[in-house]
Amino acid sequence: MLTVTSIGRSFGDHRVLDGVSFEVRSGRMTGFLGANGSGKTTTMRIVLGVLAAHSGTVTWRGEPITGAVRQRFGYMPEERGLYPKMGVAEQIAWLGRLHGLDTAAARRNTDRLLDQLELAHRAKDNLEELSLGNQQRAQVAAALVHDPELLILDEPFSGLDPIAVETVLGVLRDRAASGVPVLFSSHQLSVVERLCDDVVIISGGRIAAAGARDELRTRYGKPRYELVVAADAGWVRDVPGISVSDVDGPRAVFEVVAEGAEQTVLDAARHRGPVRGFTPVVPTLDEIFLEAI
Amino acid sequence: MADGNRGFVAATRLVAEREVRTFLRAKGFWIGLAVVVVGLFALSVLPSVLGGGPTKVAAVGAKAAAVLADSGLEVRAADDVDAARELVRSEEVVAAVVPDDAGQSATGLRVVALNDPPVDVLASLRTAPPVDLLDPSAVSQGQRQLAIMVFALVFLLFGMSGSAIAQSTVTEKQTRIVEILVSTIPVRALLAGKIAGHTLLTLGQVVVVAVVGPVALSLGGHAELLHLVAPALGWFVPFMVLGFVLLAGMWAVAGSLVSRQEDLGSSMGLVMLLVFGPYFAVMFQSDNAGLMTVLSHVPFSAAIAMPVRMFAGQAQAWEAVVSLGVLAATAVVVVLLASRLYAGSVMHTGGKMALAKAWAGRDQA
Repeated sequence: MLTVTSIGRSFGDHRVLDGVSFEVRSGRMTGFLGANGSGKTTTMRIVLGVLAAHSGTVTWRGEPITGAVRQRFGYMPEERGLYPKMGVAEQIAWLGRLHGLDTAAARRNTDRLLDQLELAHRAKDNLEELSLGNQQRAQVAAALVHDPELLILDEPFSGLDPIAVETVLGVLRDRAASGVPVLFSSHQLSVVERLCDDVVIISGGRIAAAGARDELRTRYGKPRYELVVAADAGWVRDVPGISVSDVDGPRAVFEVVAEGAEQTVLDAARHRGPVRGFTPVVPTLDEIFLEAI
Repeated sequence: MADGNRGFVAATRLVAEREVRTFLRAKGFWIGLAVVVVGLFALSVLPSVLGGGPTKVAAVGAKAAAVLADSGLEVRAADDVDAARELVRSEEVVAAVVPDDAGQSATGLRVVALNDPPVDVLASLRTAPPVDLLDPSAVSQGQRQLAIMVFALVFLLFGMSGSAIAQSTVTEKQTRIVEILVSTIPVRALLAGKIAGHTLLTLGQVVVVAVVGPVALSLGGHAELLHLVAPALGWFVPFMVLGFVLLAGMWAVAGSLVSRQEDLGSSMGLVMLLVFGPYFAVMFQSDNAGLMTVLSHVPFSAAIAMPVRMFAGQAQAWEAVVSLGVLAATAVVVVLLASRLYAGSVMHTGGKMALAKAWAGRDQA
């Protein structure tokens, strides 16, 4: 488990991170959400030791992170880059060795990954000869080649076409399922929504919300229901104990203010005629995000 | 700690290995080396091949002229023995055939040459006459200048080849792979690997030059020059390699201060000056013994000035040892300074970074 405890960082007079704390748990995909400039990349760079924190601590399995420990992390930086004039397989294997693998293992892992990422046919080409999407796949391979104990990916899906997103997603899920904690940032909330088990929301250098995705949903989204009846649903406005957010012909969406009020609404609807639908509305991450920050 | 050291060494080796591989695969590297090798052969072999038709020989007196008549040599008549000697000294002819007044010669003729019995002249005389050598050890001034020029050019070439370190550093910064590298291995291992890799490449090339040079000289028939150059070459290898390490640290910093290839020119000025300065000084002031003595003890120019002085026979071995020691110590200090500057600037993006800021600015964990 990676534990970030109240880290702070300034650039000149500009305080970029202020008391940032969160955890990345084993075997879980943790989505790191935040607007541009909210401190996502700075936080990740501090965890990776690329940047120093001005205060606070980062620990891995309860211990401070040393160079030898960090060597076993996998990192995909936001600004992508590998050696343009070096062969794809060659440089991924080299990076594997740099992360501590022996030559044979590095080669084996490289071949396996390129296969999984459907890049095997370009293995011998120089990186610069690949399309941007394929370079992105190579970048993912570079972060995974040494079977990292922790994966940190900055915007791993930006620049990928939908098919590539699925491919990369599959590879990342495998890693998480094998027990590796995965922290990835994204501003594409729908992707995070589908993907992550835990969510950390950062805003203006502070953690606005952190926890399991489903728990955050109940914490931040007030319970809401959608009712669909046969006739006009305008009468819902007069039911006490709820706050109606939307009425559109036979369809109404309302928030429950007084506990159990949704049952009153359902009873009233049944009393008036057939009920076509009655469903709880799960808040989207967009809504949680907007509410949290 | 031992674990950390092992990691550092392993990382340094891997970085060096990548640099060496990359360069061994680059066409430019082989073309550059080929140009040097071909140039060395051209300089030493071509003059004796193209060196102008039949061998020229001076003759004094009718008897000498008669003997040389069917020899196929180009004969120049000289008025007297002194005139003939002058022609030999000025290298207008390889030898002079003169009357033998001492009575040692069966044919009544002697041969005068500069420093080498002229085989083809002697062969053309039916009975070998006694030979007088004017200056048995001399290397002509032209040959001396040529040798110094070759030393200086090789220094210039390898000194500038260090700019590959700056290039490779900027490439890593520009592509941002440096972020992956720095999160994986110590920054200093990255620098050490680059210096080690490129020093190895340079050592390899210097050794090639040190081997090819003598081969070319002996093929070109400059045995006497080879005799003088050989010990200087022995000094040239360690001086060149240490001089390269000294420059390598500075090339790396020149690369780490900027973020784009286009800006490299603005940060390489000082290092280029430190390569070109000694080069020009040695090219044009190699006769200035005072200046050369100073230059041969200043670490930045010692790499070229001391081997040239050794070649010219102007310096004692102990001077070279002292100078080599000073050079080695300076290289260590410069690399240590460079590693702090490098660590302080390699993650910097944007415009060119000021040295003072790089010195203060180590920002990694």
